Amino acid sequence: MATVDGMAAIRETFFQECAEQLTEVEAGLAAMDEGTADAETINAVFRAVHSIKGGAGAFQLDRLVRFAHAFETVLDLLRGGKIALSETLLKTMFHSNDALADLVAASRGGGEVDERRMDALTDELLSVGGGPAADPAKPSAADQMDGLDFQPITLSFDEFGLGGATPDPRAIAYSITFTPRAELYQKGNETARLLRRLGQLGEMTAHCDASALPPIDKLDPGGAYLSWRIELTCDEGPAAIEEVFDFVVDDCELTIVSRQEDAPRSEDEVRVVSPDSPLAEAPRSDVAANSPEPAPNRSAAIDAARPAAEKPAGDHGKSEPASGATIRVDLDRVDRLINLVGELVINQAMLSQKMMEAGVARTSGIDTVLGALEQLTREIQEGVMATRAQPVKPLFQRMARIVRELAEETKKSVRLRTDGETTEVDRTVIERLADPLTHMIRNAVDHGLETREARLAAGKPEQGEVRLSAAHRSGRIVIEVSDDGGGINRAKVRAKAVEKDLIQADAQLSDGDLDNLLFLPGFSTNSTVSSISGRGVGMDVVKRSVQALGGRISIASRPGLGSTFCMSLPLTLAVLDGMVVSVADETFVVPLTAIVETLRPKKSDVHGLGVESRVIADRGGFAPLIDVGRELGCRADPADPLAGVALVVETEISARCALLVDAIHDQRQVVIKSLEANYRNVPGIAAATILGDGRVALILDVDTIVANCSRGAFASAQVLAAAS
Amino acid sequence: MTQPTILTVDDSRTMRDMLRLALADAGYRVVQAVDGVHGLEVLSSERPNVIITDINMPRLDGFGFIAQVRTDSRFLGVPILVLTTESSADKKSLARRAGATGWIVKPFDSMKLVDVVRRVTA
Repeated sequence: MATVDGMAAIRETFFQECAEQLTEVEAGLAAMDEGTADAETINAVFRAVHSIKGGAGAFQLDRLVRFAHAFETVLDLLRGGKIALSETLLKTMFHSNDALADLVAASRGGGEVDERRMDALTDELLSVGGGPAADPAKPSAADQMDGLDFQPITLSFDEFGLGGATPDPRAIAYSITFTPRAELYQKGNETARLLRRLGQLGEMTAHCDASALPPIDKLDPGGAYLSWRIELTCDEGPAAIEEVFDFVVDDCELTIVSRQEDAPRSEDEVRVVSPDSPLAEAPRSDVAANSPEPAPNRSAAIDAARPAAEKPAGDHGKSEPASGATIRVDLDRVDRLINLVGELVINQAMLSQKMMEAGVARTSGIDTVLGALEQLTREIQEGVMATRAQPVKPLFQRMARIVRELAEETKKSVRLRTDGETTEVDRTVIERLADPLTHMIRNAVDHGLETREARLAAGKPEQGEVRLSAAHRSGRIVIEVSDDGGGINRAKVRAKAVEKDLIQADAQLSDGDLDNLLFLPGFSTNSTVSSISGRGVGMDVVKRSVQALGGRISIASRPGLGSTFCMSLPLTLAVLDGMVVSVADETFVVPLTAIVETLRPKKSDVHGLGVESRVIADRGGFAPLIDVGRELGCRADPADPLAGVALVVETEISARCALLVDAIHDQRQVVIKSLEANYRNVPGIAAATILGDGRVALILDVDTIVANCSRGAFASAQVLAAAS
Repeated sequence: MTQPTILTVDDSRTMRDMLRLALADAGYRVVQAVDGVHGLEVLSSERPNVIITDINMPRLDGFGFIAQVRTDSRFLGVPILVLTTESSADKKSLARRAGATGWIVKPFDSMKLVDVVRRVTA
């Protein structure tokens, strides 16, 4: 019997599969929306919903089964060409998929769904599906479900009469004649099994009529020549007997005559089960024509089907390679492996370094072996990291829902176009990308796109477009969100920034600088915080979360044509390209993504404004110079800028600033070790890593360091800028 | 006697897992395929005692799969059971015409499943 554990695991599989199928539905609906409503697209959507229904039935998730069934009914009509695809229908189906997702989530977590919305949607589906239209006399959608040709889900055995049938206390005698045709045997059924099963119902005698049997030299081994006359006495109704012959009823001639022993013979009930199907009329001699065809036919069919199999997986969002060459692995195991490979990389680096220090490497050809080991280690690391990579597709499809809901809320007509959905990224990055991306999408629909009226007035199509794309570019993933809206209203941005005291009224700012003001903390051009993209966070939060992922975000806008937000992120959070620096005899790693350039300060470039704040000349302006050693408490006295190196970094505040360190040692990939998980959160420190020589180095959190360094530094920079 | 083999063909992982769990518990060796085309591929190297197939599948559906299997003399008398959510006479007749031996109505529990398998094998 199925174990409880086994079923729990399958339940988990079911929900994972639901997620894939919901993605499939979303993809299919999106394709239909784009005008691709071919049979395979519709069929794929139908299959996905059907699978959800099937699995839900197994776990007795009745609410989910009912809704999936209503949805499936509509899809079935659509694929049968009985109803036409309209914009209204498409909208209903999009909503249905959202509702289905909610129901799945509720079934999984035991949470609540909006029953009224669900009922309304079920009614909508039912009215499309030609079921009883919404009738106020009928209280709920659930009641109306009864009108459908749908077998309610039960786990009883009634289907096969295995103990579910009501026994008739009085024994009934049956006379049965049964003449199998050759097809019965060809389909894998056997008379002997049927008779044995029949015999289990009660007292039985069976007579075989072999009169049709030809002489042995004329006998076709695949033919059917025998017929049977059976007398059965049992307390089952005729249904139980029909049930025995259920599988073979098309492939035999069968009559069942029943009479209750104490009833007069005239009331004999004759049941002729075999339908007058074309098969029933087929002459027996047809057997030869039905004989098996040679095997090559089969392989030809496989070959014909193969091109479809080789279609790129991304096309219809197939969730699983058809070859079945996949295994499922517990995420914990993958994480552990990734961690171990991280250690391996560190140890390999340590080994190389020790060998070099010991001087053995060069002399004995060990360097060649070490080189090979390093290469191998890196390849193993990349291979293992790839196992945790996932396509961004599910994430993108969540965005589709957000766009849809937002479009309705804002009364705008919006089309979301996605590109590069099969691009793969480490799942840890994907997880943390959802929030910033959601906000950017909201922003694009809410602020980026104009109202219908404004678009029409500007000579644009009524329907606005938001584009979401992902691509790999030089070892990073680049995600772009663009809209064809009005672009950033720079005059408004400028006015707002001045009003909020973020810039001087007469500050000379380029278009790019103005656009970047959007990323300033608390900046919002909308005088009333909209309930949609407001939610208390601004683009500054987006920028910070992107930076926390080791990413950068930039903005490009053209008045009247729209804006593009571009995020560039590392493919994984497990390793980081860093610059190894030293500060007051301590070794630190600065994420390379944060560094714009490095400078060796000259005396003429550094200006002091009091002891606490210094600035450095940078690109015709001045950037605050932050003494990392003092900021982190490594030393008490200010460092000599002329003896050190300045790392110019980009921060959440659009101005650049420079970190003063003592020296730069190396630029290398480091394995990130969480400090919070092993110690505790330390301001100014993002994580730790282990260097090749075995020493622990802390990875700087550039944003926090710059944010902690007083605003005064920036004020100084501005004062100097104004003065020069 | 060697352990009887059952080939299950279903595009749903949930279903495949459920079939495996129930059938393996009942002492069968289970081989799996994710759709009809894959099922035919598996059959080039496997000789199952029973085949259980879903109907709605990508690439090659259950009816097409059964029709193909029945053209191969090696599998002429092998029982093929169809998994269906509908218990309508329509679907049953379609399955029979395609060459199926019988059907299993979803959702099934493991007892019911094994009972149907025994019905076409024992």
